[in-house]
Order: sequence, then C-alpha cells, then structure tokens
Amino acid sequence: MPRRLLRDGRIVEDDWSYRAESADAAALILTFAEWQTERAAWMARGERLGVVLQPADNVELLAPDISRLELIGAQFSGPSEGRGYSQARVLREQWKFKGELRATGFVRRDQLFFMARCGFNSFEMADADLEGAAEALSTFSKAYQPSNDAGLPFKLQSLRPAGA
Amino acid sequence: MLSGNWRLEGYRTYGTGMYRYDSVDKTLVKERVAQFRDQTRRFLAGQLSDDEFRHLRLRNGLYIQRHAPMLRVAIPYGLLSSKQLRTLGSIARRYDRGYGHFTTRQNIQYNWPKLEDVPDILAELAEVEMHAIQTSGNCIRNTTSDHLAGVSPDELQDPRPWCELIRQWSTFHPEFTYLPRKFKIAVTGAAKDRAASLVHDVGLHIVRAPSGELGFEILAGGGLGRTPIIGQVVREFLPREHLLTYLEAILRVYNLEGRRDNIHKARIKILVRSLGIEEFRRRVEAEWELTREAGPRVEDAEIARLSGFFDPPAYRSLADGEPAAGKSTAFRAWYRYNTAAHKVPGYRAVYVSLKKPDVAPGDITDAQMELIADLADRYSFGEVRVTHTQNLLLADVEQDKTFELWQTLEKAGLATPNIGTLTDMICCPGLDFCSLANAGSIDVAKLINERFDDYDYIYDLGELDVKMSGCMNACGHHHVGHIGILGVDKSGEEWYQITIGGAAGADASLGQVIGPSVAKTDVAETIARLLEVYVERRLPEERFLDTVRRLGVKPFKERVYAAPIAA
Repeated sequence: MPRRLLRDGRIVEDDWSYRAESADAAALILTFAEWQTERAAWMARGERLGVVLQPADNVELLAPDISRLELIGAQFSGPSEGRGYSQARVLREQWKFKGELRATGFVRRDQLFFMARCGFNSFEMADADLEGAAEALSTFSKAYQPSNDAGLPFKLQSLRPAGA
Repeated sequence: MLSGNWRLEGYRTYGTGMYRYDSVDKTLVKERVAQFRDQTRRFLAGQLSDDEFRHLRLRNGLYIQRHAPMLRVAIPYGLLSSKQLRTLGSIARRYDRGYGHFTTRQNIQYNWPKLEDVPDILAELAEVEMHAIQTSGNCIRNTTSDHLAGVSPDELQDPRPWCELIRQWSTFHPEFTYLPRKFKIAVTGAAKDRAASLVHDVGLHIVRAPSGELGFEILAGGGLGRTPIIGQVVREFLPREHLLTYLEAILRVYNLEGRRDNIHKARIKILVRSLGIEEFRRRVEAEWELTREAGPRVEDAEIARLSGFFDPPAYRSLADGEPAAGKSTAFRAWYRYNTAAHKVPGYRAVYVSLKKPDVAPGDITDAQMELIADLADRYSFGEVRVTHTQNLLLADVEQDKTFELWQTLEKAGLATPNIGTLTDMICCPGLDFCSLANAGSIDVAKLINERFDDYDYIYDLGELDVKMSGCMNACGHHHVGHIGILGVDKSGEEWYQITIGGAAGADASLGQVIGPSVAKTDVAETIARLLEVYVERRLPEERFLDTVRRLGVKPFKERVYAAPIAA
C-alpha cells in the first residue's frame, strides 16, 4: 500500500520513494551520505531527486545543490529532537529552498504547528495519526514571530495591523 | 520571512505598571488552554503514551512529582496585579491545599493539583492574563528580571519593556521549542544585579555606549546545576534594535550544536565551555551576519509602546521623611531590613518576607495572597512583585504609610524583619515534594531558624546569603550562596555539603566546598562555626563574603572540622 502523508494541508499518496524502497523510482530520496558520495551518478540519471538529512548533518553542505533538489527531508529521531527546526529555517530563509520540505521520523500532530512555521510543508506520519492531523496546523490562529508558512492553507498573523 | 516592525498594535497606556494583554495575547493563551485540554484528554484516553505526554505537559509547566502533579505558573519578570494574585490565592484554595510556593525564577508552584483539573486551572489563569507556557521542558523559560525595576535609584533603564518583548518573542517560538535542554534568560538594567544574570543561559545587561546609545551587553553560558559556570561576555555592546536577531543567532548555534546525547552536558554552558568563548562568539556572529537584516528588527516605536505599559504610576509629590523615628524597635528593624530605597522622594519599596522561621521559604497561603492583594490595592497601586529570593515586594509605598502597612503585615506573619540576612534563605522544595531531591531542605531551613533566633546576632552578621538545594540540580542556587548547602544522599541518609564564598550578583562567584559533608543535625552548628570565624576575623564593615574572599577557605574549614559536633 503506498505511503500516505500530509502535504500542504491535505492527505496525499506519496509520489516519492526512498532508495531502500526502490532504487529505480522516478522520484527518489537519497540519504545525505549517498548524495555526498554518489552525487554525479544520481544527477546523470536525470530524474527527480530528494535528500533526507539526519539531525547532525550540516545543512550548509547541501547549499550548492539546492537548485537541483526538489525535496529535502529532515529526520526527527525522537520526541526531544529539535535540530530539524533550525535546518528547515536555514534552508528556507538563507538558502531560499522552494521545494518540498518534509519532516520524517518522530512526527506527531503536536509538533506540526511549529514545524510548519519553520517551513516544513509535508509530514510523514503513521496512518493512524494522519486523520485529523491537518487540524493541528491551525492550533494557534496568531503568532508572535515572523513565519515561513505563508504557503499553507491558513494565514498566520506575523505582523499585526494597527487595531488588531 | 518578514522584517520590519515587531508587533504594531496601537498605543495604549494604562499607567498600572503592568503589561496588559491585547487581542493577540488573549487569543493565544485561550488556544493554549484548548490545546492542552485536548492533549490531556488524549492522554487519559490512552491515545498518547506516558513519554509523548511528558514532553507536552512539561512545556506547560506540569511535572509528575512525589505526591501529585506539580504545576508551575509563569509570573513574567515577577510582575503581578492584585487581581492576578487573588486568582492565584483562589486556585490554591480550590485546587490545591491552600498554599503555593514562589521559586527563584519568579514563578509560583502548586504541589497538589489533580491532573484532570489542570486544564480548568489554566482556563482560570487565562482569564487574568496568566499561563504556564514554557515554565518547564527544553525550551525558552520565563524571562526573569530585577524586582526593583523602575523604582531603584541605581537603574540605567527599566528592563521590563524588553522583558515583555522577549516574553512575546520566546512564546511558541517555532524553532526553539525542542532545544537540547532548558534555556533561561535574565535581564537587568541596574548597577546591582538582582536577577542572578551571570548564572543564566543568557544574561542581558542594558548598558550605554560611549556615544550615549543604549544597548545590551550579552552574556552566555552561565548556569548552576551539577556543573556550575559563570556566564561570559559574548558581545560587549549590541545596538538594541538587533536584540531579537542576536538572541536567535545564539539559540540557533545552541540548537544545532548543543549536545543531545547526555542530559547533564546539554546546557549551553557546556557548549560554550567546550568551544571556548572566542569560538562560540565567532559562530554566533557568523550566524548573525546572515540573519541580522532579514530577521525582526526592534523598532524604537515598539519599545516606546511597550514602555508605555510601565509608565510610572501617579506618584504624589512628597518629600523623604524619617518614618522610623520615634517608633518601636520592632518597626525600626523591619523598616531598615525590609524596605528599600526608591527613586521617587517620599516612597519606599517594601519587602513582604516569606521567610518566617516556621514556614518553608517561599511558601504562602491563599489567605496571605488575598491579604497582600488588598494591601497592594491600598498602598502600592495594585501591583505586587515576586523576587528572585522568594519574597514579595510592594514597590511603591508612601513612606508615611509604612507603619500601618507593617502593622497589618506583622499580624499576618509577613513582616519577619530578615531581608538580606542569614534567615532570608533561598530554598528549593527538596525531598518533601520534589522527585529529584536527595535530601530535605525545608527541614534544614527550620533547624537553622531554630538555632539562629537572636536578631541582634543576625543583624550583627549583616548581609548574608544562605542558599540551599536538595540535590545537585541546584534549584536553590547553593553554588552562589555566601553559604551554600547541598543535600546529598549518603547510603540512603540525608547529608549536606557546605560551600562558602559564592555570590550571585555582578561580582558573581562559585562557592568552594569546605570539606566532607555533614549530617542533617550538624548543619546549623557547622554554620555557627563558620560565622564564629567571620565575627572574630572580619574587618570593619566587611561582609562574610568579603572575609571569605580575603582569608580563603582554610581558617573556616579548620574551625568546622577541629572538633566533632556533639549533636
């Protein structure tokens, strides 16, 4: 059964495969290590490519290739892992990454609001958690900080007009 | 990503000395209550595991403690309105056992709420513009400050508008809600550091550049716990409009590079120490260069707007007097120790001592909270402050009213004349309540109080900070006590390690261990011996701390261990 995930606020079937799942898929997600060692070979294939970062991976090393990647994933290794939030903001704000930014691993509905505000727009979650997860994106209707989530189907207030 | 002004809601000045919520603040705390209610429901329904719920409840100040859950409620930079204090009292009566406990970080803790009641408690707090957001967990905690902000003669600039700015910026900050470990910020704007800023993850000092421009000196890497470290200067002067981007740069470096493999090495102090301050500074500055122009700039108009909330109250035009002249010895002692200078003539700041000898330090009953709320309305513009030293403060009392105020406080057990002295001890809840503690601290405080009940002697000792923690997590800040007491577990028994020479202010230092730990019944005698050495060898006007610094630990150690203590 194909993987389902939450993307841009909607539950969709995943059109990407990890290399361990299928090495010849048209849209393939590599590990950061694979990307670093076999970059030229994968590029020569001419298909859609994504890379998934582990928490300790240095996001800066991906910077030169940002324009060649359609998807970047950040792995959350457990309930206390938080490096992915910074990785996401660096990718969106400093490197202007416009593709799919995906949270994987330990992803639960209670984190989605923060993840989305940092720039993630897709979320791999267990099927049981997926239903209703989109609601968590609108847990709060206001925010104190500037955001990266303008593309999501709700609009957070990051600058408030007079008299709000 | 947006730049430009930081929050732009229209000007409103209340003149109450308090920040007042606007529609955004109100909406957010209400939505937080709804979120937590749902999380609690899912946990009780078995849809969230213990571990998953733990991460969520901690970010709302809820611990599972020795006897019951403990709920920690934020009191941002220590400011309370009388209405808020009445609500805290009412919650203590209806949901707890009739009391609360003020902490060293200007929060209040309830030790006996029921888990299923917590959403309702939070809803009641939201009604009076309060919350428990980020009072625990690995996130940015309640921002603390100088309890004499706005009234102290030694102040360069009022830190409270900046504290409020940081409160808002740090609340639900999406990037920094899952940090390697907790993160505490303290802000001061006065010559004397009354907020222990040098032992915070980040300490912010409002300073003036040679040009006259106001900005911040930024320190990082301070902290207590099992590896106490004094904070170091990251930047000597930061123009104030860059405060938030600079904080974000510090936090991003920490979030990405701080250790997550060992809870005891995860605080920013360990990162700063392992990189060295120069390398840490280089990384922060490099990060900041990339983000300073794109991130939120703090406009003067916004700080002016926030400052409006803290405008001085309607002081009367008075002259300084001598209210203690001709009054009783008891009042004179209280006036001398429990009131502080005020920058406005004719006014004093009045401490409400929560250090009565037979009461756990920082504890307060529901009735006392309601009484103090009434007194705040009558004598101090309806405002109350929580101090880092676990007392309360009425900041703006007319000198001529101090006598009648004292009479009322005295009857309520709130006028123990001991502020800044030996018996004004800082103390964590210890083994009686806390599941982390190795040893009791409240009962040791009691033993010390029983031993030292002669106020002439206590006053003769002068300024003396005694700080006590029931375990090496150091919630009682024992490392920075002139005398520090640390509870340790020795084969299942409660023993106490004594340090001397610590200090929390601008001249912060870490205390040195005097020798082997002592039994609970010997703590008071050990302190008595330390004080004997001080009294014998002090120079005129020299504080205990200064005598220790001058003589070193040796003479004190020799006296303590020279003869066994006959308990």
